[in-house]
Amino acid sequence: MEPLIINKTDDTPAIHLDKVAGKFEFTGKSLPEDVSTFYAPVFSWISDYSENALPESNFIFKMTYFNTASSKIILDILMRLEDMHNDGKKVSVEWHYEEDDEDMQEAGEEYSEIVEIPFKFIEG
Amino acid sequence: MEELKNQGLVNKSEYMKFVVQFHKMMVDKRLTLAYEGEVTQEITKAFTSMTEKNLEKIEEDGKIKKKVYHVMVECLQNIAKHADDETETASNKLEDGLAKTGIFLIGSDEKEYFITSGNGILNDNIAPLKEMLDNINSLDKDGLKELHKIKMRETAISEKGGAGLGFIDIARKTGNQLEYHFEPVDSKSSFFLLKSRISRVASED
Repeated sequence: MEPLIINKTDDTPAIHLDKVAGKFEFTGKSLPEDVSTFYAPVFSWISDYSENALPESNFIFKMTYFNTASSKIILDILMRLEDMHNDGKKVSVEWHYEEDDEDMQEAGEEYSEIVEIPFKFIEG
Repeated sequence: MEELKNQGLVNKSEYMKFVVQFHKMMVDKRLTLAYEGEVTQEITKAFTSMTEKNLEKIEEDGKIKKKVYHVMVECLQNIAKHADDETETASNKLEDGLAKTGIFLIGSDEKEYFITSGNGILNDNIAPLKEMLDNINSLDKDGLKELHKIKMRETAISEKGGAGLGFIDIARKTGNQLEYHFEPVDSKSSFFLLKSRISRVASED
């Protein structure tokens, strides 16, 4: 399965989804004007991946900022991961936030209350 | 001919006087940015990165810096996505890049940053917006958290790329009421103003 690698820009995050390397990572800022178009390849990649996922996948979010439209998209991504989890694959989330960034910490905690997959919180 | 030249001089000095006044008003109101014109994604990126650099220069607290950044993005993207702008140069289409006329002001004093945005709105659209803002203002911290959770689950990304979460998010991030005003323009439309305040004194909790 081909990896999905997107480099970061001023208003979009770096995305690295690679089954062979077992690396699933979102890093940086997300405030594109058109979130649906930007994230469409992510949804189609996850949809392909979920058909033949590794027994365990750890999705890492190292976001420093996202706008409200992106916050909705991130919830949608997490809900896809929850579906995979419910289908018997082990899926976990590692939620990183910068030191003292309580808003980002809280955002992660709120996601973890909505979707039923294990979350691990990492500061710094 | 002579008269015309003098007229030009008078106008020119009147304009200069206006600029002097305008400068004074900006200083008095402690505004560091005042903009009127098209709001696009490029403008959003330019204003936010400029403000970020300014706040870094004065070594503003990281948390407050993030809140200012957050509110700026939501306000500017709100204008680009939701303003009712029927001028010819306006763009409502994501594929062409959104562009709507609005105003944007940012200022600060010792206690807080204040961010004001303004845009045209059709009178028919005022009532639902006012209802939404009043509802948000009636909720406390936990109420806002609950509303945010419900809306985030229910909402779908609109054709303009919005999630309908911006105002709730501004209220939550700032911890302050959303101050708003609708200024009538004509029988069809008004001008909507929103002021958000971000405290410079870090909250205790």
